[in-house]
Amino acid sequence: MTFQEIAAIFIVLAPGLAAAVAGLGQRFLGDKGSMAITTTIVIAAAVLAGWQFFAWSLGGQSGAAHTIVLANWLNVDTFIADWAIRIDALSVTMMFVVTSVSAIVHTYSIGYMSDDPHRARFFAYLSLFTFAMLMLVTSDNFIQMFFGWEGVGVASYLLIGFWYKKASANSAAIKAFVVNRVGDFGFALGIMALVFMIQPAAGVDYTQFGITQFSSIKFETVFAIVSHDAPIHVIGQAAATPIQSVTFEFLGVHVWGLEMAAILLFIGAMGKSAQFFLHTWLPDAMEGPTPVSALIHAATMVTAGVFLVCRASPIFSVCEVASNVITVVGATTCLFAATVGLAQNDIKRVVAYSTCSQLGYMFFAAGLGGYGAAMFHLFTHAFFKALLFLGAGSVIHGMHHEQDMRFMGGVRQPMMFTWVMMLIGTLALIGFGIPGTDIGFAGFFSKDAIIETAFASDSAFGPFAFWCSVIAALLTSFYSWRLMFMTFEGKFRPNPHAHHDDHAHADDHSHGHDHGHHAPKDGRAPAHESPKIMLVPLVLLATGAVLAGVVFKPQFLTSNAENFWQGAIVRDSDPMYGPHGVHPFGAATATHTPAAEHAVEAPAAEHAAPATAEAHAPAAEGEHAEAHHELPAWVIWAPFVVTMTGFIGAVIFYLMAPSVPRRMAENGGPMHSFLSHKWYFDEIYNFVFVKGTALLGDLFWKVGDKKIIDGLGPDGVTGVTKAGASGLSKLHTGYIFHYAFVVLISAVVFVAFVMLGQGR
Amino acid sequence: MAGLELTLGHYLAVSAALFTIGVFGIFVNRKNIIVILMSIELILLSVNINLVAFSVFNGTIIGQVFAMLVLTVAAAEAAVGLAILVVYFRNRGEIAVEDVNVLRG
Repeated sequence: MTFQEIAAIFIVLAPGLAAAVAGLGQRFLGDKGSMAITTTIVIAAAVLAGWQFFAWSLGGQSGAAHTIVLANWLNVDTFIADWAIRIDALSVTMMFVVTSVSAIVHTYSIGYMSDDPHRARFFAYLSLFTFAMLMLVTSDNFIQMFFGWEGVGVASYLLIGFWYKKASANSAAIKAFVVNRVGDFGFALGIMALVFMIQPAAGVDYTQFGITQFSSIKFETVFAIVSHDAPIHVIGQAAATPIQSVTFEFLGVHVWGLEMAAILLFIGAMGKSAQFFLHTWLPDAMEGPTPVSALIHAATMVTAGVFLVCRASPIFSVCEVASNVITVVGATTCLFAATVGLAQNDIKRVVAYSTCSQLGYMFFAAGLGGYGAAMFHLFTHAFFKALLFLGAGSVIHGMHHEQDMRFMGGVRQPMMFTWVMMLIGTLALIGFGIPGTDIGFAGFFSKDAIIETAFASDSAFGPFAFWCSVIAALLTSFYSWRLMFMTFEGKFRPNPHAHHDDHAHADDHSHGHDHGHHAPKDGRAPAHESPKIMLVPLVLLATGAVLAGVVFKPQFLTSNAENFWQGAIVRDSDPMYGPHGVHPFGAATATHTPAAEHAVEAPAAEHAAPATAEAHAPAAEGEHAEAHHELPAWVIWAPFVVTMTGFIGAVIFYLMAPSVPRRMAENGGPMHSFLSHKWYFDEIYNFVFVKGTALLGDLFWKVGDKKIIDGLGPDGVTGVTKAGASGLSKLHTGYIFHYAFVVLISAVVFVAFVMLGQGR
Repeated sequence: MAGLELTLGHYLAVSAALFTIGVFGIFVNRKNIIVILMSIELILLSVNINLVAFSVFNGTIIGQVFAMLVLTVAAAEAAVGLAILVVYFRNRGEIAVEDVNVLRG
């Protein structure tokens, strides 16, 4: 076993061990011991994962993708699964992202949670989450992935509800868990559909597809069969059928088996990644401590859905319908969440909706075939979104747990350092950079790559995704600057309610009996800068938010991509950066098929604007540069222009005339209330699902159980008995002559009976 | 005096008449429980007449012995019944048949 393999095993298992030790032994270790153990181990894992990732991506020692089998888990016929660590570009990237953000969040939490009495439990949960997430990303089969998937769900539940004495935190945790169950149900059904379909057919030699051990659940087998369209055994049919032609009945509809499985897998991804319709849990999850929001609900867990789609890219790339579904859902989410982000007042909720929106970007990129771009955005997003969350956490910490931006303002002077960090995060989030050059923040490279992918795509939903993403970029810029200006600029606006009340309105209560929240004369907020242990993690993340894009674009997308991915994702169908894409980088440069050329030339000819901008291709790659010219200049400049428009809009509304938006909010026009109520999703879900379920339960309870079961069962029997008994008891009048009469009549009847019987 | 010879039928007729009077005494009477007791005595007497009549006409003594026993029992029964009535009257202050229905269902 090489050092690399031991390192990989350590990365995955050590956080789990740390969680067990810190969680179960917190009585003996105490807070300090638990924090020391978990933080040290996760930092060690992060260092190893960082070394592994840099060696893979930049050091040129990528090596072949391989799998480390830890133990055999299931072995039933073709249902074979191992506990395994799969080492390839995808898992190495994710291991780096997860462990590094986790290590940073562990460190940050030492400062942020310094006055919490249950720190040991908190750190155990954080490490448990890290372990589950690593199990998810390193699995080589769907079952272990599902294990990690549920593990992060549980950890997320525990951490959202960490302050369990807060009723809102409890209900948010339950909501997150329940909404995730909906998605997980789809995921489980998708796995079952795959297992159901992928059965070996008699007389087919599967080694020709590179399958040595046929397993219905392992990625290796599943992806080989799907991408080779291999014949498989269909239950009830003698002849083997190529998998892409398999159909079966689902919910009474005749469907393509593979499309159905792909859509079901995507439903799982929707739940975990808070996509449209299943997004409602993510903003509520902000009830958890801020480091949790940074780790789970920004950088890692919510991106598990994107990871799943990229991991299963061999399946999704052959499923047109499923890919279109992903595109539409992703594009809708990215626009929808951005609009809602405009009208939120809680600083963390703004960032949460921004996360939701960015996840939409990743999804429609994947849906259009740009798996590389999706993973690239996942990678850069992890840094700058964790930075934004931890920066927001620093503000909240410095402001004595005030989260409402309406009661901030003027925070820049007391928290200069945090302001710089938040500024870097914001610039990275809005994708600030100079088009046509390689100068820009991380988001500039990844988000523009996605927008260009949407433009270059010849999918029917490409234009929809493109326009959604451009408008969302405008809104992203606007709400990000709104957050910055409302928080840091202007005069301090003290909270009229004493204790940070979420629903505070501007009434004239006296203030100032809370932590000395007096409004100082110079309009400065009574904030204090956070301790160093919270600021150093911000610097590390800021480094990532600045550099992750420029350094890793060649690895993820352009010149070095083929060597980096090594088949971990499907790149053939990438409309922008694939071998047939607009950027013909990588090994297959020469294979420019006429079809692909035609597809790309169509929009280019339409706009007849040969781009003068050199966009993102470094000069060294000049040989490929002419292909790049096929993207019109306005597409390359569009994100920059809308971003600046958003910035200018925010400057006008929140710096120059801050009374305008306040009045808009107070007057509560239909648009504002529509947005501040998040498109009424919670209300609709409450009405349809919660009330509907309650009504259905009521029906079953009152009619089904009470009336039918109880009515015919115990209550019915006792009722009849009681009625019969009271009827019978009426015969006992108590009058002696009635009794005597009965006796006489009986005697007469009896005698008559006997005499008539004798006469016979 | 021929034709006036008493046959078994006459005795039985008297007995039946007494019995009927006794039964109607129980049913028709709605006033007084003592009347009921008296009616029961009448029924018992009609039975006794039957017993004695059959005893004489069949030439056996058993019926008359039986009648003696019935008389004894009837006396005892009357004594017990009257005692109950006395106690009942003390408790309820009346012995009207219409009102003696405490044991109803």
